[in-house]
Amino acid sequence: MAEQLDPRDRPVSTARMVLALYGSRLRSQASFRTSFLADLLGQVLIVGTEFLELWVILTQAGTLGGMTLPQVAVVYGLGALAFGIADMFFGEIDSLSTQIRSGRLETLLIRPAPLLLQISSLDLSLRRLGRIAVGLGIYVTALGIAGFSATPATALLAVLAPLAGALVFGALFTMAGAMQFWLVDGREFANAFTYGGNYVATTPGAVFALPLRAFFTFVVPATLVAYAPTLALLGLPGPALVPAWAGWLGLPAAAAAWALAFLLWRAGIRRYTGAGG
Amino acid sequence: MPAYGRIAAAAFRQYSTYRLATAAGVFTNSVFGLIRASILFAAIGGAGGELAGYTALQAATYVWLGQALLAPIEAFGTREISQRVHQGDIAIDLLRPTSFLGLHYAQKLGRAGFLMLGRGLPPLLIGALITGLALPENPWSYPLGLLSLLLAITVAFLADMMVNLAAFWLVETRGLTVVYTATMNLLSGFLIPIVWFPDWLLSIARATPFPSMLQTPVDTLSGRVGPLEALPLVAVQLVWVALLAVAAWAMLRAGVRSVEVQGG
Repeated sequence: MAEQLDPRDRPVSTARMVLALYGSRLRSQASFRTSFLADLLGQVLIVGTEFLELWVILTQAGTLGGMTLPQVAVVYGLGALAFGIADMFFGEIDSLSTQIRSGRLETLLIRPAPLLLQISSLDLSLRRLGRIAVGLGIYVTALGIAGFSATPATALLAVLAPLAGALVFGALFTMAGAMQFWLVDGREFANAFTYGGNYVATTPGAVFALPLRAFFTFVVPATLVAYAPTLALLGLPGPALVPAWAGWLGLPAAAAAWALAFLLWRAGIRRYTGAGG
Repeated sequence: MPAYGRIAAAAFRQYSTYRLATAAGVFTNSVFGLIRASILFAAIGGAGGELAGYTALQAATYVWLGQALLAPIEAFGTREISQRVHQGDIAIDLLRPTSFLGLHYAQKLGRAGFLMLGRGLPPLLIGALITGLALPENPWSYPLGLLSLLLAITVAFLADMMVNLAAFWLVETRGLTVVYTATMNLLSGFLIPIVWFPDWLLSIARATPFPSMLQTPVDTLSGRVGPLEALPLVAVQLVWVALLAVAAWAMLRAGVRSVEVQGG
């Protein structure tokens, strides 16, 4: 019996490692309750003010990009939900430049776990549940008011769309992180695509002039996250470049974006030479 | 005091060395400006060419000026001083032969000067090329607008300082910063002009210093509010500068009494 290996010395499976990493982060954040509540409230407030912006515009103008308030609310809620999920897992990846500059990335690189998993779990922020909760609330409520009629196909899309959108934003965040291996000081460039993408995704795509709409559909697939699925869900006709059937393109777009993100991330890691010693 | 002038100049130079960061900021700022202008154009087009006193050209000017002022007023908040309080570095600041608020205000002015020229003007020029800008008819709008801009930077500095100084009593101020910046983005008139707000929200906004940080300089500089009508708005800014300066000073005094820095 004494010969038997201590169970703690056995190699850990990836699944258990993921659970252990994320679990430890969750427990540590739950221990600072007041700060956590203020953070959570802050997130709710951000989403609230963003939506208030659209609401004020719509009470003044009546329609925005051919959509009424409940329809715009579906777009906004869906986009905020998708972005919120991605932001929770990948949102702090742009702190990577700080770690590159201070040489702390080495300590992560020598650990026997994938770097992306470590960074994602390291910065998992539960406060972002605030954005997710409000986004989900607006999405579901607005779908009800906007006259969503569920068929098996549209019900499937209603569930798939936020997840596909979260994958798209997750890939954008990862690409933004990977870019920092080249542009340490230029991390703000990426904000135009991540946060800018969120801004576009939560807005009816028809408001954008053609070049901008094309860019945020074919290069950064932001209009495919919420606007196109909303058109498909509510049976609305789409403007030029974004037909309603494009609402189903979220998953393929996410797959393409992730393929690119992995390539970029791997190239970035290989390029990294370290700054500390 | 030449010391403060040198501090401001040093802060200006310090920020001017981050060229790539500046280019990135200009790019991102311009993309956001395009997105915001698109939304407002669609809204104004849908409302028949004018929306609550804003034509498309005025809305474009409002957006681009807002994007230009974003960096100098540091609308996303700063966390440096609260971190200095937490790490105990505040003791060094307090030992310096300059006043604490004066030191940081001089730094802020130097920083804001660079951010205005480096990050503010380029998006404004890009906006002028893409959408056009409505220029003020009365030449007095320019000097008054610049004064209003200086006051706006001062109001934003003092309010941000108070949020940071809360670190004397709070263990973690990130939540407070997030709540503050979200409130500021809405009530300052950065997201949408405050005159578009429903009456209840407009009354709330007018009772806070937030419009003095953005809406007032934007309206004054763009000439949407003529110089004569802008005078009372600038007076309101002055009142907020005085009130917040006293409040920040009182907070600092109370905080310094309660602070306990370990080590030495």
